[in-house]
Amino acid sequence: MAVLPILTYPDPRLHRKAQPVEQFDEELRRFVADLTETMYAGPGGVGIAAPQVDRLQRIVLVDVRSKLGDDCHGFLCLINPELIAWEGMAVGREGCMSVPDFTGNVIRAERIRVQAQDLDGRSRVYECAGFEARAVQHEMDHLDGFLFLDRLVSRKTDLFRRKNYQKKESKA
Amino acid sequence: MSQALLTVIGEDRPGIVAAVTQALHTADCAIGDASMMRLGGYFTIMQIIHYSRDLGTVETALDPAMKALNLRIHLDPISSAPAAADEANVRVTVYGADHAGIVASVTQALASVHFNIVELESEQSGNPERPIYVMVIQGSAPGGLAEVREVLEPLKSREAIEIGVHPIDTAMF
Repeated sequence: MAVLPILTYPDPRLHRKAQPVEQFDEELRRFVADLTETMYAGPGGVGIAAPQVDRLQRIVLVDVRSKLGDDCHGFLCLINPELIAWEGMAVGREGCMSVPDFTGNVIRAERIRVQAQDLDGRSRVYECAGFEARAVQHEMDHLDGFLFLDRLVSRKTDLFRRKNYQKKESKA
Repeated sequence: MSQALLTVIGEDRPGIVAAVTQALHTADCAIGDASMMRLGGYFTIMQIIHYSRDLGTVETALDPAMKALNLRIHLDPISSAPAAADEANVRVTVYGADHAGIVASVTQALASVHFNIVELESEQSGNPERPIYVMVIQGSAPGGLAEVREVLEPLKSREAIEIGVHPIDTAMF
């Protein structure tokens, strides 16, 4: 096992799209073991995506037990994950190992259903909510070359209803 | 590089930010943290600038934009004090029928528990006959969320306002 070096923005490699995993072999297990160790060694320690360590494959790890205790799935290894359903929206402040020091507000779905393969290539479906759902969405973004910086929203716009919208409503 | 705090106020119109920042750029200034927003019918800029020459050169560079757009500009040299390490961990939302003293009473209560305001945004809204006041404060509460709730609780009935106190959780991934 080894802690792998993390790419940090503005490294252009973070914007590349990752490719699906096709070989579910011993080498993949070794990489996921290294990625797991790297995740737990990080400042947040709750999630990581393979592109963050310069491996362009669709692999995401999430473990939010340090935040939610047993009220979550525990260690999740999501290979070739797809978001198959989502509902609700919530604003939350996020930071990322690949974007040191900066944090910002991002809107994410509150509840999601994700289909993914496990280390043996078996297809599985997980339902996640709240912080766990946020973590999965944040990490899945890395697979398409997105950082949370691509999804920043203005606090003011989120918290205040626009005046002209309000006027329209009062006329109705 | 030296630092200054630049304040700009002018009647709102398109092109103020472009004119000011272009002038700063030609005077070899770099822009640091900035807050730029419309307040009432005015556009306001407060920003830290890093300048390599003297402040007089910066003022001269800003002069044409100032005259063309009728801006008021103020430059304060500042020392490069490091930013405070305490991050905002509490958000206080306040709203109610607008009346004098809401901000004063809320912020006085917050100051009494050493709440350090990092950002305050407020807006007068509603219809003119029955204006409402909405305020969002973010800051660091050294004594924690419960203490902030406790100190603000009496204001709800005294000022007839709704007050929410929420943690700002930063999800580090």
